Amino acid sequence: MNDYQDLTWQGLWKNNPALVQLLGLCPLLAVTATLINGLGLGLATTLVLIGSNITVSAVRHWVRNEIRIPVFVMIIAAFVTVIQLLMNAFTYQLYLALGIFIPLIVTNCAIIGRAEAFASKNAMLPAAYDGLVMGLGFTLVLMLLGGIREILGAGTLLSGADRLFGSIAHDWKFTLFATEQPFLLAILPPGAFLGMGLLIAAKNTIDANLAKRRQPAQQQVTRARVTAES
Amino acid sequence: MKLTLSSSPHQRTPRDTGQVMRLVIYAMLPGLALQWYFFGWGVIVQAILAVLAAIVTEAAVLTLRGKNIRHAVSDFSAVLTALLLAVSLPPLLPWWMTVIGAVFAIAIVKQVYGGLGYNMFNPAMVAYVMLLISFPAAMTMWMPPQTLAASTVNLGDTLSVIFTGFSNAGYDVTQLRTDWDGVTMATPLDAVKTGLTQGLTYSETLNMPVFSGAFAASLGAGWAWVSLAYAAGGLALLRLRVINWHIPVSMLASVVVVSLLIHLINQDHYASPLFHLFNGSVMLGAFFIATDPVSASTTNKGRLIFGGLIGFWVVIVRTFGGYPDAVAFAVIIMNMAVPLIDYYTRPRTYGHHSHVRSGKGKRP
Repeated sequence: MNDYQDLTWQGLWKNNPALVQLLGLCPLLAVTATLINGLGLGLATTLVLIGSNITVSAVRHWVRNEIRIPVFVMIIAAFVTVIQLLMNAFTYQLYLALGIFIPLIVTNCAIIGRAEAFASKNAMLPAAYDGLVMGLGFTLVLMLLGGIREILGAGTLLSGADRLFGSIAHDWKFTLFATEQPFLLAILPPGAFLGMGLLIAAKNTIDANLAKRRQPAQQQVTRARVTAES
Repeated sequence: MKLTLSSSPHQRTPRDTGQVMRLVIYAMLPGLALQWYFFGWGVIVQAILAVLAAIVTEAAVLTLRGKNIRHAVSDFSAVLTALLLAVSLPPLLPWWMTVIGAVFAIAIVKQVYGGLGYNMFNPAMVAYVMLLISFPAAMTMWMPPQTLAASTVNLGDTLSVIFTGFSNAGYDVTQLRTDWDGVTMATPLDAVKTGLTQGLTYSETLNMPVFSGAFAASLGAGWAWVSLAYAAGGLALLRLRVINWHIPVSMLASVVVVSLLIHLINQDHYASPLFHLFNGSVMLGAFFIATDPVSASTTNKGRLIFGGLIGFWVVIVRTFGGYPDAVAFAVIIMNMAVPLIDYYTRPRTYGHHSHVRSGKGKRP
């Protein structure tokens, strides 16, 4: 299962589609005004990723190299249409809130990137798992950014949860602080760019700290080996 | 004998950064004093709040970055940024908005880009625009000048409004800035903009009470004096050779030319050059903000273009844009253009042809 652990690590952290590959920034920045919007788009993207990865992996031996990109795009477009119709049917409010960004999942580079870089070279099961963790990594960043922007901009969290989870979620929204003068910048597009930049900076800082902590330990090991040999 | 080898420039400046920043701060003091006289204690309270927040932020970020705190904080650049921000803010702004602005200016606009000397944008102006788009209502609540107001706000009430939102008698900012006859007095720029959208002509808008008591018809009572004080401070800076003449002169000239052209097209709709020069923050902008050595153009020819286009944008955005004043927007737009301006106005190196035209006549 080591491969799957590696895939998980790659998708959720080391090669995160949003924070490291910086793919799919357009929907990422546009819809993350609230946590639920982020979660909704993240789930939609994840489902498309899993479906497209499985299909691309299944047809990988029959698709000629020269025409692979149109084929991938058509596969992705088919899944996006399915998701769009499903959202239209079952989560209509969220469908309205996300608007154009649901069909735009087709052009999300994270999806075609995984189809090209992973699914077209691997078996179906790893491809499906890769789609799942990459989608989850993307969703987590969308939720984090959406949550930060929602807290800063409106002082609430999980507002509009009923759009995604139905009527049981009507009272899920909780208000952290009430303000008559919300911090509009967080909800406006510049807030998305600033928040994204700060998230990437935080991730890089954590990586640098991890590397620093690992570095002395490795040095000690090599030194010990040298003395043992000599 | 020990010979010291060093790279150019070999000519040393007689002043270090801290001295330059302190001189600019001193030159701001007359304007600050007049703002205090006309708009009350709020100006001073905002300045103190912003300066404290800026210094604490600067020290905190420098600690995180592992830099020498004392060296960087003692150059007074954070204090100057905070002062420039504070004089742009409405005097009775809630304290936490001022603090957010100062922290944003120092932490995000200045230090994230690498600290003093590396920031692409003018920190005070970006923080001002950030506050303006985040809190549009609070950021436009200017008090009428105290010479025109029915009642003045004393220091205790000012502190109470800034920190709790209500004066000691329980009035909030909206009530305080409303006269006893229920008329709110807007800033001159606001008054003209609102008047024009209501179908008044430009000269009719000048009959509004905010224009009474000044030395010329189109000038707001307190604002014109504040502008003059900043202009005087700016001239002192020119005399002391802290700033070059290029940016202020080209910016003011361009404001006059552009606004005159627009004014001549339709005198009923567009304000006169005098109105544009002495209302809002054009004087402060021309002498103190656009001349920021870090975010402005660095060549003399470039400075003329930089200042001229700021003046152009000030008039255009004021006249056709949604916000009443435009100096901050103009400065930020032109900050973005600085690398391009600098590229095309690179001075000719002695013995070489100009690099832009070097395609034509390259020296063998």
